Amino acid sequence: MRNYILLMLAVLILAGCPAQPTKDDDAAKAVTDAVETGKLAADGKSQATAFTAGDEPYRKDAINDATSPLSQKVIYFDYNSSSIKEEYRDLVTWHGRYLASNKDMKLRLEGHTDERGSREYNIALADSRALAVSRMLMFQGATKKQIEVISYGEEKPVALEHNEEAWSKNRRVQLVYEAM
Amino acid sequence: MKQILTLCCVLLCTWAIPSYAILNVEITQGTEDALPIAIIPFSWESEEKQPDLSSFKVISTDLLRSGRFAPVPEDKLLSRPTSTENLDFKSWKVAGVDHLVVGSVRPAGNNQFAVKFQLFDVFKGEQLLGYSLTSDGDSLRYTAHHISDLIYQQLTGQKGAFNTKVAYVTVSRDQKGDSYKLEVSDTDGFNPVTILTSSQPIMSPSWSPDGTRLAYVSFEKRRAQIYTQILSSGERLKVSEFRGLNGAPVWSPDGKKLAMTLSKDGNADIYVLRLEDKKLSRLTKHWGIDTEPSWMPDSQSLVFTSNRSGKPQLYKINGAGIKPRRLTFEGSYNSSAEISKDGQKLAFVYKDSSGFKIATMDLETGVIDVLTEGPLDESPSFAPNGSMILYAEGQRAALAAVSSDGRFKQRLVAKEGEVREPTWSPFLK
Repeated sequence: MRNYILLMLAVLILAGCPAQPTKDDDAAKAVTDAVETGKLAADGKSQATAFTAGDEPYRKDAINDATSPLSQKVIYFDYNSSSIKEEYRDLVTWHGRYLASNKDMKLRLEGHTDERGSREYNIALADSRALAVSRMLMFQGATKKQIEVISYGEEKPVALEHNEEAWSKNRRVQLVYEAM
Repeated sequence: MKQILTLCCVLLCTWAIPSYAILNVEITQGTEDALPIAIIPFSWESEEKQPDLSSFKVISTDLLRSGRFAPVPEDKLLSRPTSTENLDFKSWKVAGVDHLVVGSVRPAGNNQFAVKFQLFDVFKGEQLLGYSLTSDGDSLRYTAHHISDLIYQQLTGQKGAFNTKVAYVTVSRDQKGDSYKLEVSDTDGFNPVTILTSSQPIMSPSWSPDGTRLAYVSFEKRRAQIYTQILSSGERLKVSEFRGLNGAPVWSPDGKKLAMTLSKDGNADIYVLRLEDKKLSRLTKHWGIDTEPSWMPDSQSLVFTSNRSGKPQLYKINGAGIKPRRLTFEGSYNSSAEISKDGQKLAFVYKDSSGFKIATMDLETGVIDVLTEGPLDESPSFAPNGSMILYAEGQRAALAAVSSDGRFKQRLVAKEGEVREPTWSPFLK
């Protein structure tokens, strides 16, 4: 919650600044994106209603059931971005609700980037990605105690080639569940 | 199985031949204005059985690797004078050689040797340098590097950095998993010593200014922690294990502080740990990423990477609570800056349409020079004399070096696995 207040503050501060230099456009965009999470998460609710129609969608073993969307545990990102893409927002919402319904489950968020750029910057970027996922999970009722964030940056690629196909597979947050 | 065998072989070689080089040096771009110099193979002045004097060949390779000299290949030498009594300067001059080095070695008892060398100016026909050095039988290679330093300094006016070290991380991947090693070797890849081995990532080695310790990030406990380690004893100290990021440790030039990136208070910001009393203070406070600190020579101000403008750019901060000043405006990605020891230049990762390259920026004029071709270059590190910049070529998983003016390039290829994150040591005592 605190993060949202901070973000709102940041938006207000930015909005209050007269004539942002063009160089800062992206910063403003990043903030807006993050704030939109709230709105989209709310959108996700209607999607989740359809999902709830199934048989106990948030039952404990749903995360290991190949027919449940909860079995999908990787979220991919755009280059140098930590905003959660439209197509993953429902998925993150569902994982958030799963955690809210299963307080004895723990989730480790492992943040990763592609190999481009510098290593320490990538560690911080991967951390931002995992934190963005964490914020959305908590918005749905997951608690801080349930979530652990670890950033590996570009150190643990799943694809070793040096091309866009490999890079897009490596820009990810992995959700690793553990019983508490 | 084959990989296991290769690994065993490597281990054995490391034990059997302490000077085994893990890296091969290839010159990839020479310069036309390198100074021609003839180094006569050092002679043995004794009736005793001649020991292996091949260590002295490194004087030639050192000078060649500096990009400033063009040593005459051994098989192209006009003659091999052993005495300096009646050197035929005229014929060397005709052969286009500017300088001549003549040296000799004799036993001095107790596995000690007396090494004598002289450097001559061929045109003036006079001696520029003459030294007699005593060397242990085991450290002839270091004595040879020392001779390279003396010649380099005499002729360029700049202190030589041939007797320094480089720290780097190697990774080998096989079915059994990944193996990360933090290693320290001579700058030509010889005498590698493994400082740490782990199945989890090792990152961001940084030298203490006296060259006795390394700080680094280790994920051995499945999360990032910062350690400092005494190189001579292997004794190490955990200095940071906060929740979240613990990264980018860098020693201040006065050796009293360690700057690092932590995310314990939200997201990536830069903190300074005073080593004497472990007092931690926060330097930057921003919702964007702040990381990759590098100290100015005053041990007060730092340059760092921040995406507060939306994309990673370099900023300079003069102290906690002071607003950072943006340094880079050209390009969409500037990061990982290292400040030269004299505080005049930055080396950093610069992105343009063809990839990530190593560039320098003059801190006074702001002029940017792009030195490499990319496409995945990273981790620039200055030689202590500022003459060269070591970096990692991500595409080849190799190390490379470029002269600070960009004219001379060489590649250091690992004999196996990936090698990355090179960090050049300070001058060593």
